[in-house]
Amino acid sequence: MNPFTKILVGALGLALLTGASTPNPKLTERQRAMHVLNRLAFGPRPGDVDAVAKSGVDAWIEQQLHPEAIPDRAVEARIALLPTMTLSNAQIVKTYYEPVLMARKKANAEAKDGDVDKKDIRRELMQDIPPGQRPQVVMNDLLSQRILRAAESDRQLNEVMVDFWMNHFNVFSGKGIDRFLLTSYERDVIRPHMWGRFEDLLMATAKSPAMLFYLDNARSIAAPENRPLFSQRATFGARRFGRMDAMPRLQANQQKGGLNENYAREIMELHTLGVDGGYTQKDVTELARVLTGWTITRERDGGGEGAAFIFRPFLHDAGSKVVLGVRFPAGGGIQEGEKMIQILAHHPATAHHIAYKLCQRLVADEPPPALVNRVAAKFLATGGDLRQTVKAVISSPEFWSQESYRSKVKSPFEYTISAVRAVNGKITDVTPIARALQQIGEPLYGAQPPTGYSDKADVWINTGALMNRLNFALALAANKLPGVQSDIVSLIPSAEASDASRSVEALALALTGGNLTEETRSTIKSRIVERKAPAQNPWDNTQLPTVAGLILGSPEFQRQ
Amino acid sequence: MIDRRIFLKSSGLALVGGSLLPNVFVKMAKASTTKGSKTLVAIFQRGAVDGLNVIVPYGEQAYYAARPTIAVPRPGAEGGAIDLDGFFGLHPSLASLTPHFKDHSAAFVHAVGSPDATRSHFDAQDFMESGTPGVKSTEDGFLSRAVGLKKEPKASPLRAVALSPALPRILSGAAGAVAMTNLGQFGIRGGANVSGGFESMYSEAVAGALGGTAKESFDAARILKSADPQKLQPENGAIYPAGPLANSLRQIAQLIKSNVGLEVAFADVSGWDTHAGEGGAQGQLANNLRTFSDAIAAFTRDLGSRMGDVVLVTMSEFGRTVRENGNRGTDHGHANVMLILGGGVKGGKVYGKWPGLASQQLYENRDLAITTDFRDIFAELLTKQMAVPSLKSVFPGYDASPSKWRGILA
Repeated sequence: MNPFTKILVGALGLALLTGASTPNPKLTERQRAMHVLNRLAFGPRPGDVDAVAKSGVDAWIEQQLHPEAIPDRAVEARIALLPTMTLSNAQIVKTYYEPVLMARKKANAEAKDGDVDKKDIRRELMQDIPPGQRPQVVMNDLLSQRILRAAESDRQLNEVMVDFWMNHFNVFSGKGIDRFLLTSYERDVIRPHMWGRFEDLLMATAKSPAMLFYLDNARSIAAPENRPLFSQRATFGARRFGRMDAMPRLQANQQKGGLNENYAREIMELHTLGVDGGYTQKDVTELARVLTGWTITRERDGGGEGAAFIFRPFLHDAGSKVVLGVRFPAGGGIQEGEKMIQILAHHPATAHHIAYKLCQRLVADEPPPALVNRVAAKFLATGGDLRQTVKAVISSPEFWSQESYRSKVKSPFEYTISAVRAVNGKITDVTPIARALQQIGEPLYGAQPPTGYSDKADVWINTGALMNRLNFALALAANKLPGVQSDIVSLIPSAEASDASRSVEALALALTGGNLTEETRSTIKSRIVERKAPAQNPWDNTQLPTVAGLILGSPEFQRQ
Repeated sequence: MIDRRIFLKSSGLALVGGSLLPNVFVKMAKASTTKGSKTLVAIFQRGAVDGLNVIVPYGEQAYYAARPTIAVPRPGAEGGAIDLDGFFGLHPSLASLTPHFKDHSAAFVHAVGSPDATRSHFDAQDFMESGTPGVKSTEDGFLSRAVGLKKEPKASPLRAVALSPALPRILSGAAGAVAMTNLGQFGIRGGANVSGGFESMYSEAVAGALGGTAKESFDAARILKSADPQKLQPENGAIYPAGPLANSLRQIAQLIKSNVGLEVAFADVSGWDTHAGEGGAQGQLANNLRTFSDAIAAFTRDLGSRMGDVVLVTMSEFGRTVRENGNRGTDHGHANVMLILGGGVKGGKVYGKWPGLASQQLYENRDLAITTDFRDIFAELLTKQMAVPSLKSVFPGYDASPSKWRGILA
């Protein structure tokens, strides 16, 4: 555990000790409201805790479990203004990637003599592309919708689960063409399937161009000696359509390359069974063979480079295979992979792995094994129904325990968004938030390893990151974070604002629901409030943003 | 193809000299009174630098046969390599590093790399930084694990610093490291009351429960504030070139000179992915190498005798194809070259077994084969330069025992 985590855990331990003198094992209704707004939402906005407590925590949860029934018109209207949000992969590739390809080709051609730097040429050519068609537009839109939804959507649990599943099925935007494929990946693959059956979600990721490219399955093809033999007639017919998926055998046999185990390994290790899920290296290799031919379209297929999933029988391994004891006779096709994905999706090890990760995300860094087992049982009993599985976590006594309450450190995404929500910030430009996320260590769509980001505190917090968290809090509270407007003074009743001590209390209540420790309270008072000699310089509200910055940076606000 | 041993014999040059002569920094350090702690500076050349054009095996005809338009000519020819040992030569753009090789403070390792077969930048960097080639589930970086093993009660909060906007994989982990791009801007932006307020909020929590636990961030910021390293001007007439690497190295030198307890520093530099128009003695790669070399030369000059306590090492995720491609560039390959420079280095030598460039000697019939695992190099550096007590958890599942070390450090 690193020192910062120790600080937080230590502070929590202290709070628990103080609480021990007045035994109160059950959370109060306000605490329950606070808890769900922290764990199942991106933190409370001013007034949220009271509103949820009043209308009923259980009713709020039930509503959040059915996001499709929540209208959410305001935020959807804003997102509708982002030009790439409704575009297909093919349209995005055509509009935003092809100009890049052209620039690259031209730069390479001009740089062939070796005297000029192709990067300079490429830079110049890229500047000739109209701003609205530059590749950054795609990622800017994607970041905008994600940050806006997390901060402003009424479907808060939905956005928490998007964060979870996008991370579970991580795709790194920095790898090749994936930055153009992530829009559809999140919109068409993750979001529509994450409240349904896990099998459907897994299958959708397995057939997504973003994942196939990211984990190299798109380039995994059968060794030449294992490629199928097709009759001349079949190949002749196929050739007339000019499609690669029915590529003539001769051509297929000349295709360079071979097996790539990357995806086959990760789908078992990370997406389903877990690293201790009982598969062997042999299973990895065999599954890779099963998944050969699962690739993405090329430019000549129409629709644009990498725009769609395609199965190419000519590049599929035609031999017999055994994966996890399941035997496939020679001569199979796409259905082999589909069957294996189905088997993996319903495997007990998968149930345990998914249950563990959900509990780690929603309950505790080290979730109690009994809880994980119960959630895994629910997963299996419901055929991998993700709504039922999430519900099993939320309705568990462990979720509502004192041990769980405020025990997790917020991830950078949770921290920044919860701070914006706490001050009721109006987002006009997400770029500064996206940049802050980078500095604090969680650039969105920027996790390079397929593991995604950790859900455990000690991986998150390092010194530079903490410094950046505190500076973010100060800038946000002072209304100095470009792109986010905040007005701290408006958060508290004007009657309170005229008195130094009462305004600090009011602000603590507005920003944290009153969850400040005595240490933090007295620190703020001694450092900020009492520094002003009342006679010479009466309290005039100008210190309120600083006080708010300290509250948002406090150890209490780092926790959820 | 000329056999390397015969070639060396006939050229009358011996290799052993390097290890017998103490390098210049050791001599300088002995003559000076500095007693600073030791520092390891790691530079990652992201994008896969073409090691065969950095340390040129000019003694191999196969090198010239494979690279009709981008080979660096033999020493003596126009734009020729700078001879190192009668077989290898430095790219002429690295001229500013030549004195270090000649005074035995710099060594190279050739045919070194990560044994995993991947030719993906992304995977290979990841494997090199996690220190676990082929294992993707490793969460932290090997330099972080190494730092974490050095349990020092008075360890500086600035013991591990990355000059980068986000903490790189190699230093991420539980040990704690500081990432920054500008020494002058690290700290709380809000005045003494605000930073003091944060400090007491966090420290009182600590004092209440876990008294004595380090408050790394505030300490690091305070140390930086009082040491004010960014005011230090380059010394000994050092002139840093423009560019991000020089900018990073200049600040690393400032940290070292400020005696703030820096043990590991990390910087990265990109622009090595030369698929087209790579150039030979001149061109794209030559330009990048010149900036690279001049930045490092400025760093060593700036630090002067303090280099006796510093070892600088470079790495890159993989090498590039032996044969040039259709665009006068090179594609992703396998083995590469590393530079090791500083005090204690038994320099003036190109280390590593040379696997040869004949077709049958190549890895998968296209790349320079790996004869030295990069972990063997780091194992030696971490043990000798950083006094890391055990390498077991630094390189899990890998035997990095001293018998495999190359004896690059005294």
